[in-house]
Amino acid sequence: MSSIKIELRQQDIDKIKEIAASFGNREHELINVLHKCQEHFGYLPAEVQEVVAEELKAPVAKVYGVVSFYSFFTMTPKGKHPISICLGTACYVRGAEKVLDEFKKELSIEVGQTTGNGKFSLSSLRCVGACGLAPVVLVGEKTYGRVAPDDVKNILKEYND
Amino acid sequence: MSKIKLTIDNRQVEVESGTTIYKAARELGIDIPVLCYMDLHDLNIENKPAGCRICVVEVEGRRNLAPSCSTNCEEGMVVKSHSVRVLNARRTVMEFILSDHPKECLTCLKSGHCELQDMAVKLGIREIPGEAIAEMSTYRLDTSPSIVRNLDKCIMCRRCETMCNDIQTVGALSAIHRGFMAVVAPAFEQNLEHSTCTYCGQCVAVCPTGALTEVNHTNEVLRHLADPSKTVVVQTAPAVRAALGEEFGMEPGELVTGKMVSALRSLGFDFVFDTDFAADLTIMEEATELLSRLQNHLEGDGTARLPILTSCCPGWVNFFETNFPELKDVPSTAKSPQQMFGAIAKTYFAEKQNIKREDMIVVSVMPCLAKKYECQREEFSTDGNPDVDISISTRELAAFIRQANIDFKTLPDEEFDNPMGESTGAGVIFGTTGGVIEAAVRTAYELHTGKKLEKVDFEQLRGLEGVREASIDFNGLELRIGIAHGLGNARKLLNDVRDGKSKYHAIEIMACPGGCIGGGGQPFHHGKSEILKARASALYREDQDKPIRKSHENPFIKVLYDEFLGEPNSEKAHKLLHTHYFDKKKRITIKQ
Repeated sequence: MSSIKIELRQQDIDKIKEIAASFGNREHELINVLHKCQEHFGYLPAEVQEVVAEELKAPVAKVYGVVSFYSFFTMTPKGKHPISICLGTACYVRGAEKVLDEFKKELSIEVGQTTGNGKFSLSSLRCVGACGLAPVVLVGEKTYGRVAPDDVKNILKEYND
Repeated sequence: MSKIKLTIDNRQVEVESGTTIYKAARELGIDIPVLCYMDLHDLNIENKPAGCRICVVEVEGRRNLAPSCSTNCEEGMVVKSHSVRVLNARRTVMEFILSDHPKECLTCLKSGHCELQDMAVKLGIREIPGEAIAEMSTYRLDTSPSIVRNLDKCIMCRRCETMCNDIQTVGALSAIHRGFMAVVAPAFEQNLEHSTCTYCGQCVAVCPTGALTEVNHTNEVLRHLADPSKTVVVQTAPAVRAALGEEFGMEPGELVTGKMVSALRSLGFDFVFDTDFAADLTIMEEATELLSRLQNHLEGDGTARLPILTSCCPGWVNFFETNFPELKDVPSTAKSPQQMFGAIAKTYFAEKQNIKREDMIVVSVMPCLAKKYECQREEFSTDGNPDVDISISTRELAAFIRQANIDFKTLPDEEFDNPMGESTGAGVIFGTTGGVIEAAVRTAYELHTGKKLEKVDFEQLRGLEGVREASIDFNGLELRIGIAHGLGNARKLLNDVRDGKSKYHAIEIMACPGGCIGGGGQPFHHGKSEILKARASALYREDQDKPIRKSHENPFIKVLYDEFLGEPNSEKAHKLLHTHYFDKKKRITIKQ
């Protein structure tokens, strides 16, 4: 679970209420409501889940159950530059795991985490449909192909702003 | 409903359409093993996630094996419940479950009552392939005042989730994460203590393994019994006597009141008293409060809030404090019998016996896990000394009796000590749904009308329907009564009270389905609702056999008021026997 404790502002709560209302405050729309909330806030801290639960009249435990089940949902804010490493079959056999390990080492974080300065976050995904470029790494919207562990340092340097 | 015919294990059976293969097989006396599935049909409780796959059967013409608990019968179906393919699959499933289950059977609290252990025996599991290399999913231990969560032992049957969400509508537990890491936990994996949990213990009552258990307090009791400077007093709740015998192989519903008293005396308790005595006392206070609120209401006093709600059940108290704090002035202020007992034992009785408060230990034996939390509530203590020191469950008492080498079945029947061991039939039926309000009506009727109640049995208040209602003629005044057991049913009545739509004068609520007889501290029913029915009828039998059946006629209650309390709802009674409630709603913090 996330250790981040935030305090919601009234406007944040109003936004969640607006999203819930747009789905008729129906409990079975929970996943859609969470999608929209994550789109807005960038992640789903406990406090946001609590408001969602209240609006949909669902137990918070259940909302957390859904958030923790789907890997798409995250309770930690993504970094300014989210890094995704493809671990699909093609990328994997061409050494994506070693690339991932290098990112972990360089950034000192695990998959699903964000660096202390909020600059980078690390996630893995399955196949972006660019198998010819395997192994593939995405940083924000930018795609890097045929990445080797040695390239990792240089990629990160590009974001020294 | 149309009928359909099918064949199971070469035998024909005709069932109504919509019947599952599992239930059809039972009609033939074929007992297909189930693990996650649970059916308490008398209480309308069914857990059917089809998750464990132990109950798979072979259906001719289908490629895959079908889970019999959730596959409906079809016309002409041919089912095999024990073909080689089925038995192999069942065993493989079991081996997978066991490969991720701690092998601590020898020391597990649930040993001997564990459904997973029983299943391993039934399926003849003799080894677990790959055991040495299999990874185990682990989870931190979570201890609350009442319940211990040891999720290493969770098999994801999700019975607890069904009880907590669908039946109790408490919403403290949900399945979280996925695959190998999946467990059942409160929101954000916080401790149970910080969740919306009411400690009703229904999750513990249905857990097939040792994943959810009570906090065990028997060693503390033992320590006090061994201390010669302490006077140890024990009280036993009504529902305990209707279930304790089951732990010693006796039939469900066999009353063991006398043997239980005898066993407690053998264990070394200095005074063996009855919570039923305090139940009679509760009725005196609660019925008086009901009548005075009713009187004020009839005289047009707008502040007299009706309906009055019973307040004996600590799970229920936790529930409304968390979910309906705006209604915290509506329940009766009368403490529960457990707490009234403690308050009187450590004042009136201690003074009589010339025992200092700190030298007296009050132990309660309860069918309930929420009672463990209740006796630890701050408002139920004086200068840090609690009115009730320790609460143990029916199951813990049984374990204690076994450890003391007592052959329970051959014990002679003995009587409770006095003065706090005398009770009426009204006190006894507190242990089952409808019993508290029936007891209250018996006393309130006579107090209100001044007439003798000829027939004390109110059949219309009894039964297992989740929400019941009845009208009772109080000499021209029609008293409208509502009854709910199970917190989901209580919520329905509470919503009406909150919205000002309730038509009742008095409502009885018990958190557990069936009332205290189905409490979280009772011997495990393993999904057999007929056990709960047998326990309820045992209590009505004991009531019937009691010479006195109305609380206000209990001679020792009369003496207690004469010598000590004055009259019901007196200032002293209020100080010792009444309480107040707190707003415990979980709120979101807002930054302005």
